[in-house]
Amino acid sequence: MAKLKAFTGAQATAEAMRQVNPDVVVAYPITPQTPIVEFFAQFVADGVVDTEMVPIESEFSALSAVVGAAAAGARAMCATSSQGLALMWEIVAAAPGLRLPIVMPVVNRALSAPINIHCDHSDTMGTATLGWIQIYSENAQEAYENTLLALKLAEHPKVLLPVMVMQDGFIVSHGVETVKILEDEEAKKFIGERNPDRYLLDVKHPYTIGPLALPDYYFEVKRQQEEAIWAAKEVYLEVGEELSKLTGNKYPYFEEYKTEDAEVAIVVLSSAAGTAKEVVDEMREQGYKVGLIKPKLFRPFPYKEMRVALEKFRVVGVLDRSIAFGAYAPVYTEIRNALFESEKKPKLQSYVFGLGGRDIFKEDIRKVFEELLSNNVDSQTQKYIGLRG
Amino acid sequence: MAEKKGWQELMRGGDLPPATALENKTGSWRSLRPVYDPSNCIHCMICVAYCPDMAIPIKHSEEGVVGKGGRIYKGTVRLETDFDYCKGCGICANECPTKCITMVREE
Repeated sequence: MAKLKAFTGAQATAEAMRQVNPDVVVAYPITPQTPIVEFFAQFVADGVVDTEMVPIESEFSALSAVVGAAAAGARAMCATSSQGLALMWEIVAAAPGLRLPIVMPVVNRALSAPINIHCDHSDTMGTATLGWIQIYSENAQEAYENTLLALKLAEHPKVLLPVMVMQDGFIVSHGVETVKILEDEEAKKFIGERNPDRYLLDVKHPYTIGPLALPDYYFEVKRQQEEAIWAAKEVYLEVGEELSKLTGNKYPYFEEYKTEDAEVAIVVLSSAAGTAKEVVDEMREQGYKVGLIKPKLFRPFPYKEMRVALEKFRVVGVLDRSIAFGAYAPVYTEIRNALFESEKKPKLQSYVFGLGGRDIFKEDIRKVFEELLSNNVDSQTQKYIGLRG
Repeated sequence: MAEKKGWQELMRGGDLPPATALENKTGSWRSLRPVYDPSNCIHCMICVAYCPDMAIPIKHSEEGVVGKGGRIYKGTVRLETDFDYCKGCGICANECPTKCITMVREE
């Protein structure tokens, strides 16, 4: 039986980590991620987990220590945001290359400059090509459940890759919601024990990890890594199915909200999808055939399934909470890619919104739906929501 | 190395079985060569411990070997440097308490 708790997104994530009881958690504070490791540090101080807590001098060292612990055979975690993720970058690329099943909650925050502590997705979108599985969460409930799911996905023998679990900075990380928490035994049973097929502390079976691979071998190693992240697509659904039996919730690649007979749809990640659902409900009552697609699994990206889902719409608006300077925005790029093979492409419009934590309101989303319904769209132009001038 | 493996045959993540460095004879990188004078050696094992490779082989000797001052050193003794792997870094020469290793330029 699940318990209901009043939790922030950060607290919900820390609660999942408490149930995981990792061998090692490495902590370096950065707004708005800090409360995750703060809540966790309290669990360590109270003795409710037996984790080795390592306060460390930078994010670069934080992920480095997690990589070392994971290679040694431990379950190791850290959490970060924005500049912290940027400082980790070298090790962010190394972790999937070393095939280490690390779960790292990331609380999305804008990147400098100008310096800003509020939510947008420019931090994690900048790492989307590095080989981590990326799961975006709409609210504290999803942040909690995705953390558990991510662990099982990361450690699956066909995958063995690190996973980032995202939640929106402040909006979710610091906002209190009702969160349904699994019983500890249920959660622990679901997660199981990590059983690595090889690990560095197994001194009877030595091997070399992280060797030099020059032009004669590097390419083959990367091809393996590519195979693993695509394998994660199937495993995500399998693990989701299993978790579903405990939570009653579903874990599709993307959530389809009132899309069945929809003429137009918005595609948007994370917390803004919650706001958009409200607008869909209101406009549905007024007779508009509008719907929403909320991607959850962003890496690997489910191109084929997304194409099939989008083909039924006349017009689709894609809302990105980050810019890809000099290119189409990240989510929009994937939606365009997904539709390349389509015989019945919907019209597309790209929107950028919410940079540096700028709020998006129901009226903004309603205007987007109205624009989509009017057919007044251009797939090669990027529009902006809530921007002055 | 023999035939190169395809991506499906390699260990995950480019991991390797242990001791594959033995296959790469890195001694050719050397520009300085340590010249070892056994007659001045006390077999203290400092060079062995400091060698960043494993280029100074050792063995157990009951009969002992002749070292500094004509004394017979028994037990663990060092042998001639393994030039297949010695890269000529000079750490052994620097650390040797009896200065029985001299670095000379490779011709």
